[in-house]
Amino acid sequence: MKRWLLIVLFLLPSLCVSAEEFDMTKFIFGHIGDAYEWHITEIRGREISIPLPCIVIDHGVHVFTLHHAAEHGYTLNADGKLVNAATGARPIDISITKNVLGLIFNSILLVLLILLCARWYRRHDVLKEKPTGLAALLEPVIVMIEQDVIKDAVGPEYRRFSPYLLTAFFFILINNLMGIFPVFPGGANITGNIAVTGVMALFTFAMVNVFGNKHYWKDILWPDVPLFLKAIPIMPIIEILGMFTKPFSLMIRLFANMLAGHIMLLSVIALIFLTAALGPVLNGSMTLVAAVFGVFLDCLEVLVAFLQAYVFTMLSAVFIGLAHQQPEHETN
Amino acid sequence: MSLITPDFGLLFWMVVIFGIVFFLLAKFGFPVITKAVQRRSDHIADSLQAAQQAEERLANMAAEQQKLIEQTRVEQSRILKEASQAREQMIAQAREDASAAAEKILEDARTRIAAEKDAAIKDIQRQVAMISMEVAEKVVREDLRTDADQLALVERMLEESQRAGLS
Repeated sequence: MKRWLLIVLFLLPSLCVSAEEFDMTKFIFGHIGDAYEWHITEIRGREISIPLPCIVIDHGVHVFTLHHAAEHGYTLNADGKLVNAATGARPIDISITKNVLGLIFNSILLVLLILLCARWYRRHDVLKEKPTGLAALLEPVIVMIEQDVIKDAVGPEYRRFSPYLLTAFFFILINNLMGIFPVFPGGANITGNIAVTGVMALFTFAMVNVFGNKHYWKDILWPDVPLFLKAIPIMPIIEILGMFTKPFSLMIRLFANMLAGHIMLLSVIALIFLTAALGPVLNGSMTLVAAVFGVFLDCLEVLVAFLQAYVFTMLSAVFIGLAHQQPEHETN
Repeated sequence: MSLITPDFGLLFWMVVIFGIVFFLLAKFGFPVITKAVQRRSDHIADSLQAAQQAEERLANMAAEQQKLIEQTRVEQSRILKEASQAREQMIAQAREDASAAAEKILEDARTRIAAEKDAAIKDIQRQVAMISMEVAEKVVREDLRTDADQLALVERMLEESQRAGLS
């Protein structure tokens, strides 16, 4: 969306909003935050946005769009969340927000891509034909992730976990990439949202701990250390903390990286609007600088999008692998 | 700040959406692909091994063939040598046989000729004797009709034998 804004600015200079004060915070947080409608752009003071259904459970289910929130007795608080207009309390809010719609769209896209790829393998004999089209595109990535990342990190039991890890990889990758794609179905800051990365980390946490073997639990509760370290349970406490810090670090890493990327990109684009009041020469030169930096940062973000999906998958695989280690020697 | 406080609605939808995506992809997506790819890479590994084995076998076969050809050549030269030996032997034998037969025929012919010559000589001798006897008889019958003639003959014969003894 930022790039799109940039292009619009280049093509239609008459739309430049130099007169009004530019609110940097609103600009950036409007893009990286969640919203009850999908704001696309503003042309001559008219907002162009896609209204999304607000679903609120508060003495019954209420479904409405943001424009009709007041009619149902709800209003937005300072954080931009729906609250009861009378009491100011947060209801159970399961609205289809911008991020939820983005998630749904990207998930449908991902499921279609992978199932179409799988359909190719169902319909063709791999021993007689080489993959074409979608299968040829996705197969090297799938093989790379499974053989180089999952197999090496998880160990001999990797087949049980590769569907989850591959799903996590492609889910993060497609959401990252759609996050940098500026036009409508993309542009939502999904993987830069802590709820999304938190759920991803939670799934990894479940994968690690539900399928952990006996040795893993023994290492946590009665580790191989001198007795005084576990009589007063110092080591078990540290180990149990470690159980939670691992997925926590996964959550924060992905969230912070994607959020930082979006903020950097937006800040560079915002230079154009910030310098709009400083005269055409400065504004023009800063526009050029912003465009060049924007291209650079976009390329960087493509790399980061892949890298973060890769890192998340690799670390999840390592954590799962650690929960499946065989004891090297017994305690005496 | 809403940035680091997870929103319940989004958490809920994320769990639902990711759960569905995970279910669909883990059931119908990735296992199909990874199994097919695994099947193919197994097949490739097997094929490579088979190809290597075939190549080895081929190399062995070539060596075996070479050995067979070598053996055949040796055999051939041996057979040829034997054949030529046999031929030579046969020719020599035939020559020997022929010369022996010829010798025998010649010997036979010689003995027969000799026998026939003897017989002819004997025959001639007998005939000469007979003829001379007949001539002698005729001569004797004519001359020895009288005793005086007979005495004269004896006389002459004695004289002749005396002369022969004296001379």
